[in-house]
Formats: sequence, C-alpha cells, structure tokens
Amino acid sequence: MAFAVEIEDLTVAYGDKPALWDVDLRVPQGVLMAIVGPNGAGKTTLLKATLGLIKPAAGSVRIHGQPYEQQRRLVAYVPQRSSVDWDFPTTVLDVVMMGRYGQLGWLRRPGRAEREAALAALEQVQMADFAHRQIGQLSGGQQQRVFLARALAQNAEVYFMDEPFQGVDAVTERAIIHVLRKLRAAGKTVVVVHHDLQTVPEYFDQVALINVRRIAAGPVREVFTEANLRATYGGRVALLGANGSAGAVTTPTPAPGD
Amino acid sequence: MELFTDYTLRNVTLGSMLLGAISGLLGCFAVLRRQALLGDAMSHAALPGIALAFLLTGQRDPFTLLLGAAIAALVAALWLLAIVRTSRIKDDAALALILAVFFGFGLVLLSYVQRQPTAAQAGLKSFLFGQAAALVERDLWAMLAIGGPALALIAIFWPQVKLISFDPDVARSLGLPVRRFEVLLTGVLVAAIVIGLQTVGVVLMSAMLIAPAVAARQWTNRLETMVLLAAGFGALAAFIGAWISAQGERLATGPVIVLAMSALTAISLLIAPERGLLWRRWRLMRQWQIGNGE
Amino acid sequence: MLTPQLEVQLIAVIIAAACALPGVFLVLRRMAMLSDAISHTVLLGIVLAYLISNSLASPLLFVGTAAMGVITVWLVEMVSGSRLVREDAAIGLVFPALFSIAVLLISRYTGNIHLDTDSVLLGELAFAPFDRIELLGIDLPRALIFGGGALILNAILLALFYKELKLATFDPALAATLGFSPAIIHYGLMTSVSLTAVTAFDAVGSILVIALMVAPPATAYLLTDRLPRMIGLSVAIGVAAALSGYWVARWFDVSIAGAMATMAGIGFGAAWLFAPQRGIVAQALQHRSRRERFAVQMLTLHLLNHESTGDAAIECHPRHLIEELRWPPAFANAIVRRAEQSGLVRRQGDVLCLTEQGRALARDL
Repeated sequence: MAFAVEIEDLTVAYGDKPALWDVDLRVPQGVLMAIVGPNGAGKTTLLKATLGLIKPAAGSVRIHGQPYEQQRRLVAYVPQRSSVDWDFPTTVLDVVMMGRYGQLGWLRRPGRAEREAALAALEQVQMADFAHRQIGQLSGGQQQRVFLARALAQNAEVYFMDEPFQGVDAVTERAIIHVLRKLRAAGKTVVVVHHDLQTVPEYFDQVALINVRRIAAGPVREVFTEANLRATYGGRVALLGANGSAGAVTTPTPAPGD
Repeated sequence: MELFTDYTLRNVTLGSMLLGAISGLLGCFAVLRRQALLGDAMSHAALPGIALAFLLTGQRDPFTLLLGAAIAALVAALWLLAIVRTSRIKDDAALALILAVFFGFGLVLLSYVQRQPTAAQAGLKSFLFGQAAALVERDLWAMLAIGGPALALIAIFWPQVKLISFDPDVARSLGLPVRRFEVLLTGVLVAAIVIGLQTVGVVLMSAMLIAPAVAARQWTNRLETMVLLAAGFGALAAFIGAWISAQGERLATGPVIVLAMSALTAISLLIAPERGLLWRRWRLMRQWQIGNGE
Repeated sequence: MLTPQLEVQLIAVIIAAACALPGVFLVLRRMAMLSDAISHTVLLGIVLAYLISNSLASPLLFVGTAAMGVITVWLVEMVSGSRLVREDAAIGLVFPALFSIAVLLISRYTGNIHLDTDSVLLGELAFAPFDRIELLGIDLPRALIFGGGALILNAILLALFYKELKLATFDPALAATLGFSPAIIHYGLMTSVSLTAVTAFDAVGSILVIALMVAPPATAYLLTDRLPRMIGLSVAIGVAAALSGYWVARWFDVSIAGAMATMAGIGFGAAWLFAPQRGIVAQALQHRSRRERFAVQMLTLHLLNHESTGDAAIECHPRHLIEELRWPPAFANAIVRRAEQSGLVRRQGDVLCLTEQGRALARDL
C-alpha cells in the first residue's frame, strides 16, 4: 500500500511536559482519517509538528515517500478558525487566493489564474456569492468554509485540518463532508483532528486514537472499539452501540485545555 | 501658501508630511500584527542610541544619530522578544520594562553629554519631544533615504507581507521564511520610528504609528486601501499640525500633529460608514423606525 | 536633622517601595503598559489642577491627577470596548493625545514655572530636599511626605484588600461570583497607581515611575512563585535599585532618575540570566539533563512500541536511532550507554531489548 503520510517516532515536549511521545502514524493514500483523543492529548500538536510549525524533539515526517521539507507543495493546512484575526482588512476572495502564494514564487503578483482558482474553490464550498465580503462579516461556519476553500485552492495531495467541524452550523458540516468525500474520490488524502466521536464511523475511513502516545490507528471498523476508546479516554467514555463500534459519546469531562 | 513658499516653513511642512505618510503606512503592520506598543517601546529605546552615537563620534549629523537610534531600537526589540520567549514575563511587562530602562539609560547618557564643554551637544534633548521647527533640507533627504527603501521592500514583497500579517502559520506551511519576514517587518518599523524622532520625538512617536492605521481601518475593508489611507491621514494630520503651529507662537509642532491625528482618529471611530459608533447607532435607529412604521 | 544627601536617598527608597506594591498586581494582571499610559497622562491632571488653583501644592492636584489616571484607564477601555480597536492600540491612541494636550498647555500657559517638560520625564530628585513644608512642626521635604503618604496608603490598601486582589487577579470570574466586583478592584488599583504616580512623578519623573512599578515586580516574578514573597522581593529590589542608582549617579555625576531606572534594568537582566530556576543559564543546564533523561525514556518507549512487531530487528537497532530519531551518533551512543547502565536496556547481539525494569518504566510514561 502506498502511504500519503508516514510519521515516525514523533516526539514533542513543552518544557518538562511531553506533549507527544514517540508517535508512529501511517496514512494510506486516498482515505479520510480522523485524529481523535481527549483534550490536551496532543492532537493539534501532532498536526503542527507534522507540518513543522512546532519543532519536534525527535521524529521524521514523509509525504508520498519523500521528506516533508521537499514536499510542501503537496500539503495544505486548514488551521483552527480562532488562529487568526477575523477583523483583518481583507476580503474572502483575497484570503482564498493566499492559498496560491506558495506556488506564486517571489516577486510575482497574484493574477487571473490565481483569481480563477480561488473562485472555483469558493464554488466548491458554496461560498462564491461571498467572494467580495469582508471576512469579519461571515458567520463561524462561513469562515470555516473560507479556510477550506483556501486549502482547496492550493490543489494539494494531502490535507491537514484542525477541528473543521468545531462550532459550525449544520449546512457547513454537510458542505465540508461533501468536499471531503469529493477529495477522497479524487484520490486525495485528508487528515482531520476531530472532536465528535459519534460521527467518526459515518464520516471517516480510518481513525487514529491519540493520548500523548498513539493508542491505536487503522480502519475505523477494526480500531474504533470500546477497548481502544477506553484506553484513550481513560474510562470516561460511554459507548452506546452494542457491538462497541457503532457509536460513542463522550461524557462531559473537565477540559484541562488543549 | 506661505507653508510651501517660506523656506523654513516648507521644510517643516514637507518634513512633517513625509514623516506622517511613512509612519502611517508602516504603522499599519504593527497594528495588524498586534505589536502596536512595540513601536512605543522601540521609540523610547532609541534614546540611548542617539546619545551613544553622539558620544562615540562627536557628530550631530542626522545620519549618524539616527543610525545609533536604529541600532538601539533593534537591540531593544530583540531583547524584548528574547524575554517573552524565554521567561514567564508577559509582553506587557516586557514592553514597559524595556521602555523605561532603555529610556532611563538614555537620560543617564544625555545628562553625561550635557556636561561636555562642546557646544555640539545642544539640541540632543530635542529628540525627547521633537523639534519640527529645526528641520532642514538635509533632514528631509535623510527621511527619504531611510523611508524609501523601507517602503520599497514592503511593495516588492506585498503578497508575502500580507499573508504573514494575516496568518503566519499557513504562511509557514506554504514554505515562506516567516522568521526572516518578521525581522524585516521589525526593521521597517524601526525605520519609521527613526524618521519620526526628530519631528515628534520619542514620547509621541507611537501615536504616529498607531493612530493613522486605526483611523484608516475604519473606512475600508481592504489592506491595500488601508495602507494608502493611513499614509494619507498621516500626511494630512502633519499638514494640519504644521499649519496650526505656524499660527501660534508657543505651539510645538509635534504635539499639535499628534492632536490633529488623534482628532482624525476619533472622527473615524465615530462616523466611518459600517463601523463607526455613531453610524451604527444611526442605522439601528433607522431600522427601529422602519420596523415601527410597518 | 538629615543631610540633603540622606534625604534624597530616603525619598528614593520610599518612592521605590510605594511603586513596587501596586506594580506587583499590574505585572500579574498583565496591565503593565497602563502604568506607561497613566504616568504620562497624570501630567495633564497636574497641569489642569495647576491652571485652576494656580498652585502646585494644593490638594486639588491629587484629586485632579488621580481622576486623570482613572479617566485614562476608562478611555482606554471605552476605545477598546468599541471592538474597533484592540487594547494595546487603544493605549497607544489615548495617552499620546492626553500627553500632547498637557505639553501644549504647559508651553502656552504656564511658561516658566518648574513644570517644564524636561522635568516631567527626568524629575529633579537632587532638588527635592530644597522644597520643604512643615508637618506636625517638623520641617521635611515635600516629596518625602507625599511619597511616605503614598507608601502608607498603598500598604494599608494592600493589607485590607489582599484577599480580594489576589482572587480577582487569578480568577476574576470566581471573584465576581463571590460578590467582589472586579471592576471596583480594577479601578481601585488604578486609582492607587495614579496616586502613586503623581506623588513620585514630581520627584523622579514619569519614566522612573514606570521603571519602579514594573522592573522590580518583573524581577521578583522570576525569583519566586509565591505572591507574599513576590511582594516582599519587589519592595527589596526596588529599594536596592534606588540606592545603587543614587550612588552610581553620584559617582558619574549623571541623572539620578535615569541611573535608578538603569540599575532596575540591570537587576532584571541579572535575574533573567541567572535566576536559580527560571534564569537562562539554569534553563540551559536543566534542558541538558532533561534532554538526556527524556531521551532515555524515549528509547524505552520506542523499544516497547516495537517489541512485539515484526520489524524489531530494524527498529531496535542502534543505527536506527541515529537515522530515524535523528539523534547525532555520539548522543545516541551516550543515551544507549546510559540506559544500559541504569538497567533499562540490554543488548542482544545487534538488537536492543528492554529489561523488565525498562518495560515497567515505558508503560508508566
């Protein structure tokens, strides 16, 4: 099997506290994978360290068989919505065009090609009508779709998304899922940090259970079991499905912050 | 108009407007990147650089002094970043500390300079509050020589600068050298500060960086328009300030410019379409009236 | 009778202590830059009060300046509360405007009195002993009485409201639900900062007020984790900066206020570099030993993860550590040796294996 992402021995520490311990993760090409785990389990850290936004203490990342540094062009990143200032003076179209800046190279200005790619990406997330809006005027779900469109405009092979379903409306959730499935149909790979255990079997093919260490990873049917979830969440999980993999809900737990 | 025909007044007016335009434009990035007060700290921190440059060279020519100012401001900015990154001190405390300590050291050096018997030290103190009235043609050229390249760098790397100001994480994931750009933007901010020191002085410089950007932001939702508007506001405030202070005997140009800029900002915050406080209230009332009418 | 020299030092020490008390909470509440704003805008309060009362000694001065400090904070909050401007930019908008008004009023209306703009920033500590008033029949420098007043006031406020300040600083939401209005505590603190600033301002200048309010608490914050100790240390550090600054200024014949600010900065720099646990040097040393301990743990965990899989022969080879964990060869060898010595790992031919002890450690991580 060809792997889109191969993470080996990834270890990240914040001061004294290890955030990720020796995580190995392989993501086959053309799948939707959820990264799941309790708050503070290092899900976002895993994403950021994979993308080189945090310097790992150890470990390596390969994208389509080559070291990540040489394959940046193949990777698109959708950060959490809260990571930017939405009062920044710029339009929806402008933000989506930023996805093309990596390919743009120095000194060249974004032109017609970038504009068209951006508009096409907005079309895919049903946001074309909003192209000339200021980004601060959007709802949370619309902001999320703009971020998704920016990643789509990159025309990458592998997509990393940090909690794209966090606090969005039902329309946006369906739109995002629709886009994810289209990406999979086109042979792309998508890795999503995800919070809602109930929707994992419905939305994703593969799942990685993370709690500082990798608990388990693989096809949802095999891996998304009560035993593994208990190992990940420390017994704070109540499973509804009789067979242990149909669905699960987290009981409210005090969140120490991610 | 006398402001442009009289030689001295022309230098004051043009010099102030040049400063207003350059610092207004470059200040936009400081405000958008949540570093509004870094400008304040760095302009205070420039003082020991000016005094040291004078002590070491004995020169009072603007290039030497401003180079000293720039170096001191950069050292301050680097130390500040190091403190925030390596310790539990938060940026507000680090800013206040750097500002006061560097400025205090600057005062120590100034008081030392003032005991020197040479006459050349006269005027160093004008950097505290600025002395627009003393601007000569040479100073204008110095402003252009420092501000021109800074503006050119922003223009050349416009798409990258824009992306990094908005979303540095994604910029890094796209492979842009974000660190280097952050250094560039800090350097550009230093350039803007250095230009303003002679005219409005270290204490009021931060207003010339922050106020035009805040005012401009209210009128537009596009970064391109915002930076040009900020430059325009800065120049306009400088013109008004130079004009008013030319009328009265005891009206220092720097504070008048800052007040004019503050007034422009206050007006913008109140009446700018879509965002202004009064504008929003007016629209709310209209909606209410329409709602009642139906 | 004290000599002027001793009096100057006494004034400096008292002002340093008075500044350090509210400064601790400014630093902890992340509001240090408000001291910058307030120490500039109290000038406007002084000027306005002077223009009304025509005297620099009237009680109106205190009322006016304390009010101006509170107005400054209120303006900053109003501007940032409009959500059109972030708080840091709001500070940078408000205080230069108010300060400009003050500077213009001074140059236009007050002309030649000693309220010139230089002394605003520098202060005139050396002249403080010559400005005297009588209190209870004792002839004392004005700055000493005012500074002492500020110190006593701040100490009393701190003693009375210590619990509330502490709670509102660390958990404003809890404080509010318990019935301590965070707004009252906030404005109370700001009033105390303004009053301290105005008493200190005349003698030591606005910049030294900022230095004395922020630098000693920031230094203390690097040295301790406990609030009472931080308060005590801040006062001690402020006093030390004031005294050493005075003697440095005397020695080199330079600005006293500037020298005190410089000494406060040097004190902070020393703590930043050499603080026992949080200093740069201590951190570097800890980092090194932690890196090694961490690496040994990582090694055991890595071996545990691959123990049962088929690729153990590759994954558990020492060469693999160099290639995959990106450890430099010398470091990898040192770590393996350390792990072997601690009885966590043993060699089986070319392959590294966990001992029972190593397995237990890896499972516990």
